[in-house]
Amino acid sequence: MNRLNYIIKRILQIIPVLFVVSILIFFLLRFIGGDPARLILGDKATKSAIKALQIKLGLDQPLITQYWIFLKGIFKLDLGDSLSLQVAVSYLLKQRMPVTIKLTLFSALLAIIFSLPLGYLAGKYKDHVWDHTIRTLTLVFISMPSFWVGLLLMILFGVKLGWFPAGGWDETNLFTQLRSLLLPAITESLALTALLMRDMRNSVADISQMDYVYFAKSKGIKQSAVRKHHIFRNALISYVTLVSINIAYMLGGSVIIETVFALPGIGKLMIDSIFNRDYQVVQSLVLLFAGLVMLVNLITDILYSFLDPRVSY
Amino acid sequence: MINIKTKIETRDKKRKPLPDWMQKPTFVVGLVIVIMFVFIALFPGALTNQDPLEINVAEALQKPNSHHLFGTDEYGRDIYTRILYGARIDLAMGVFGVLIPLVIGGILGLIAGYYGGLFDTIVMRIIDVLMAFPFTILVIVIMSILGAGIRNVFIALWLVGWMSYTRLVRGEVMKAKNTEYIQAAKVEGFTDKRILLRHLLPNVISSAVVFAASDVVLCMLTGASMSFLGLGVQLPAPEWGAILNEGRSYISYAWWITLFPGLFLAFNGVGFSLLGDSLTDLLRRKGR
Amino acid sequence: MEERKKILEVKDLQVYFPLKHEVVKAVDGVSFTIYEGDSFGLVGESGCGKSQTLFSVLKLLKSPGKIVGGQILYKGEDLAPLSEKEMEKVRGKEIAQIFQEPMTALNPVLTIKKQIFEAFVHTKMTNEEKEKQAIELLRLVGIPNPEKRLKEYPHQFSGGMRQRAMIAIALGENPNLLLADEPTTALDVTIQEQILALIEDLKEKLGMSMILVTHDLGVIAEMCNRVAVMYAGKIMETTDTITLFSKPRHPYTKALMSSLPNGSKNKLETIKGTPPNLAKEIIGCPFAPRCKYAIDKCRKECPQMVEIEKNHFTRCHRIDVISKFEGLIPVEEDKNE
Repeated sequence: MNRLNYIIKRILQIIPVLFVVSILIFFLLRFIGGDPARLILGDKATKSAIKALQIKLGLDQPLITQYWIFLKGIFKLDLGDSLSLQVAVSYLLKQRMPVTIKLTLFSALLAIIFSLPLGYLAGKYKDHVWDHTIRTLTLVFISMPSFWVGLLLMILFGVKLGWFPAGGWDETNLFTQLRSLLLPAITESLALTALLMRDMRNSVADISQMDYVYFAKSKGIKQSAVRKHHIFRNALISYVTLVSINIAYMLGGSVIIETVFALPGIGKLMIDSIFNRDYQVVQSLVLLFAGLVMLVNLITDILYSFLDPRVSY
Repeated sequence: MINIKTKIETRDKKRKPLPDWMQKPTFVVGLVIVIMFVFIALFPGALTNQDPLEINVAEALQKPNSHHLFGTDEYGRDIYTRILYGARIDLAMGVFGVLIPLVIGGILGLIAGYYGGLFDTIVMRIIDVLMAFPFTILVIVIMSILGAGIRNVFIALWLVGWMSYTRLVRGEVMKAKNTEYIQAAKVEGFTDKRILLRHLLPNVISSAVVFAASDVVLCMLTGASMSFLGLGVQLPAPEWGAILNEGRSYISYAWWITLFPGLFLAFNGVGFSLLGDSLTDLLRRKGR
Repeated sequence: MEERKKILEVKDLQVYFPLKHEVVKAVDGVSFTIYEGDSFGLVGESGCGKSQTLFSVLKLLKSPGKIVGGQILYKGEDLAPLSEKEMEKVRGKEIAQIFQEPMTALNPVLTIKKQIFEAFVHTKMTNEEKEKQAIELLRLVGIPNPEKRLKEYPHQFSGGMRQRAMIAIALGENPNLLLADEPTTALDVTIQEQILALIEDLKEKLGMSMILVTHDLGVIAEMCNRVAVMYAGKIMETTDTITLFSKPRHPYTKALMSSLPNGSKNKLETIKGTPPNLAKEIIGCPFAPRCKYAIDKCRKECPQMVEIEKNHFTRCHRIDVISKFEGLIPVEEDKNE
């Protein structure tokens, strides 16, 4: 029951933060950004044309009123219309979000599949050749620019070999979708794989020297049982936390990956909207990102409380 | 088993210890790479005699050859030369993108951690709100508000970067605050300022510096990403991310425009990462 | 006198720790025998190798420790060359171990129930049988309300209870030999007595033999019938407890006893100096630098173990001096010899 209260408390805490974020982004965009109407119509537009567009888009009203409309809209899920694309923002978000979510989850999955066994081996054979190799690879992966790796993969597997599409999103069915996502997901997962491998390696190396592992062995249980219930089980705590934290980070990386591979997700939408000075979209996206990240953090905390019985509320 | 024993004993006699830092190959390699990077940034002219901005359409889109080591771009500019001259931009983004946050964030963390109270609460609340965003998104959002250009890249990096250092230093200060070492200094009547500067700072700074080493990579890559997206450094400046963006249009046949700038980014990123990683190890060992 | 059965015979055990720049010779030629029913004490300062000797019996040395020489004969079979898989048959079922710090010896994320069940690995039991046995074990070690406690986690137990739980788990399959590494060092003084009494009681009830490692001579006096005193990876003196306390025959043992508070008004004696660095080659007797009676021969030649009277061994060149040592308790007159 304590846990439920804790979850509710955390959800309630998110609301004020989102509120502050919405104020910040709304007013900052308006103050420092420059007039959207003028930017849409271009430098040669007449004053009256600009004025007309302003009225049409509701930009002539006082800022506070505009903000209030925005705020009200959030609850009704009506976020206004995209200034450049002439469609409802909420429609845009609904259409684009699944792509980014699928990309992020696919990347995380790839990262986990590779980092678990490799990280375990590196930790078990600490300081041996295998360990040093993995640690070096980790460093290299973290230091490489993701857009470069993405481009290279696209050149090699997309253009030269033709195994995978060189960008673009084929929505036809799950298979084609996965095919569109594979190269981007590999690109995005590299850094995470490296971080997870390093964490698993450190955990395994440390935990293997813990007294409780030796005590467990002293009972005569099989090595596989020691591995599963004692080493892995305890290593999972920091591993799972790291995955969750980095999923939030990967949402940020989606901006770059989606641009490189021309995927219609919210990352690319963000970039396009910024270039088009499409404030309606940008402010909604910022709120969306903030909300997603805080949701992921909440899930992280909840997962953690299940994994580690020592945590209290 | 007798074999293991004699093997161990003979190996024991052969060893003669080197100074700590020289023993770590990662540190040496990292240092060498970074020094090369700095050299190229400072003296690109020493390694090439061509002009990074000179347009020569006749020589456009040439494959790597003896005259143009890394080939040419769509305007006939020598890629190799452009990369060399671009080094200073990327290095600056990495180093100066970290330096200001390190100093400002560190000071904020010192004060917040030591004095606590309202200042601490306010600072931490701000951090809580802003840290709700991934680093890249925050930078992009700030760029969207401020507009493109290298000056804004730095401002964005500074506005976002200080938070990690404040959290780090604040945490270390709060841990150190209660050690006997600091209590003793207080009892001896040292002023707060003196305690902060002479006693706390040297102890908490090591973890911040280590973090800074890997943060340099992050700032450099983020700055390059911004240029790649068209938000950061604008062409014709030969920043590596911008060149990569250029190369996208010719990706199917002029692969050299894509390969080499990224290679340099990766290589130098690895150099700083190696440095940061081995610094962590060295400092950990020294603290023992 | 009837021939007592040998449970464990350690012959010339050598345990080395190969580190990056040096090799630490933690155990350098240790031999002793455990008979059925013994409570054998291994006593010495920190770093003398007593714990490493204990850990090598079940081959549970922490990395990078390795057994590089000697034999560990359990009921006649040498354990030293056995593989991990073969050791699994011995661990828990024949020989069990308890650790010094109960908080770190219990897995923090598993329930006590799961950790006790693990101890039943060698016996085929249904879950109901396992649960019944687990409750019985917890009751045996004096944990109240065992049904409820089973489902809890280690951090919900107090220090003394955790130690009891660890003992219960170790004894899960009724082993013949219990290895106890400083089982009370990490506990409150008041709890120490309880745990020692518990161990004594269980030993009798279950018919076990025991090796008890400690740095506390008081624990030795209370619990052990035979003792070996270790220093710098070697045994300096070994005999039965009463003889040790009445007729110590090694300068180190004598010095240890002189440093105990004994109710007299004399100043407590300390042993000057520090134990030698086990990574460096030691020439001569390892205790020579700190020994009041050391002569030239002591610094050049390491003394061998010598039986100075029946079942009383020591290694020292100064037989002339040590035969005059007085112990902490009056000597027992052996009328029948």
